[in-house]
Amino acid sequence: MTLILTLDQVNYAPQGKTILSDIDLEINENAFITFTGPSGSGKSTLLRLIATLLTPTSGVIKYQGQPQAMLPKPHYRQEVSYCFQQPSLFGETVRDNLAFPFSIRNHPWSQKRAEQALASVELSEAMIDAPITSLSGGEKQRVALIRNLLFPPKVLLLDEVTTGLDSDTKDCVHRLIASYHQQGMTILMVTHDETEIAAAEALLEIRGGRLEAKHE
Amino acid sequence: MNSLIVSPTALAFAVVLVLIALVINLREKIGLEKDMLIGVIRAVVQLTVVGYVLTYIIKVDRLWLTGLMVAIIIFNAALNANKRANGIPHAFAISLLAISTATLLTIALLVLTHSVRFTPSQIVPVSGMIASNSMVAIGLAYRSMNASFHDQRQGVLERLALGATLKQASNAIVRSAIRTGMAPTIDSAKTVGIVSLPGMMSGLIFAGVDPTKAIMYQIMVTFMLLAATSIGSVIACYIAYPQFYNVDLQLR
Repeated sequence: MTLILTLDQVNYAPQGKTILSDIDLEINENAFITFTGPSGSGKSTLLRLIATLLTPTSGVIKYQGQPQAMLPKPHYRQEVSYCFQQPSLFGETVRDNLAFPFSIRNHPWSQKRAEQALASVELSEAMIDAPITSLSGGEKQRVALIRNLLFPPKVLLLDEVTTGLDSDTKDCVHRLIASYHQQGMTILMVTHDETEIAAAEALLEIRGGRLEAKHE
Repeated sequence: MNSLIVSPTALAFAVVLVLIALVINLREKIGLEKDMLIGVIRAVVQLTVVGYVLTYIIKVDRLWLTGLMVAIIIFNAALNANKRANGIPHAFAISLLAISTATLLTIALLVLTHSVRFTPSQIVPVSGMIASNSMVAIGLAYRSMNASFHDQRQGVLERLALGATLKQASNAIVRSAIRTGMAPTIDSAKTVGIVSLPGMMSGLIFAGVDPTKAIMYQIMVTFMLLAATSIGSVIACYIAYPQFYNVDLQLR
């Protein structure tokens, strides 16, 4: 198996307040790792460090053998894509959000691709011109997720993306994530959800900023 | 031209108008009496000093002295714009560059097209108008950027997480800040003559200049201010927005 991400003695202690300590982790390509642990234990921080939205106080995170610091951030973030817990949609309509991944890559807009993406999370194609203010929480979460997946990244970082979704919507999101995983995508997911924890391929627990327990 | 005489006695009577404003302020407990008094005293002192300075500069008509006066105007405008930046790093240097470029470029165009002559009596007041309007536009743009980067923090983070460059992540905020900065100049251009009779035009008419000539000057001033505020706010916003990020392309 090829390593895609390596965390070597990663610490995160902004203004002297320790949030993550001595994190060592090796992640293979196409792995599906589920992180769990109490609130405030540092799970989201770990994903944000991997996403380069935060910088470790010390230690090194490597992507495909190269330290993050050496890689151009926008390109890295397109390959290692972070999906927020309770995301906010921007602009006026769903189209504004789905057009953004195209525009940042200077890629021509594809209505068909956007409609297929909406259909993949059981949202109507007509929703593309819906104002974002008219969307429910679950609809917003799904639009945000497909915004990350329109150009499939190599690594998908999911920060409690199913929190607050009803069971049907959760199933739909799980199916979508599983299908991308089957196609070779590496998935790192933070969750408190019992069914997601029970179904985890590899489960890691973070407590008090440390990787404490591992269950393979 | 000399039919317009404001005697010291007439000015002293005009103080009654200030007293009316003060009385209203005190009766209504608005709490601006101190600022109002400071404003009045500063206006009288500053304008008197500038009056003598301008008289001297116009009389001696030296290039370096005119240049120095323009530089002082630009420097003060940048200092004031910096006060509105509310912590944006390097805001003074950014404002100085933006206001200098807006002022000097606009003046260069006006001089090259023979719209104004390179004499102190024309260059100094025109520079003042351009620098002051650019200063207001840049100050408003800074305020808008600060508010947007605060209120839309999550949206900016999400754009960055999707792989946007700093420019792509900030585009919406920068455009909105430029719009905010230019709004007063555009509104004033739309309503000039209908709502407001601008100071320059009114001053020329007061001084006995043919109103059609005064209006032609005002049209030139309106165009000049549109160009200057546009140049100033675009430069300031595009140099200022990266200051909201750190070297790792993360929001500060």
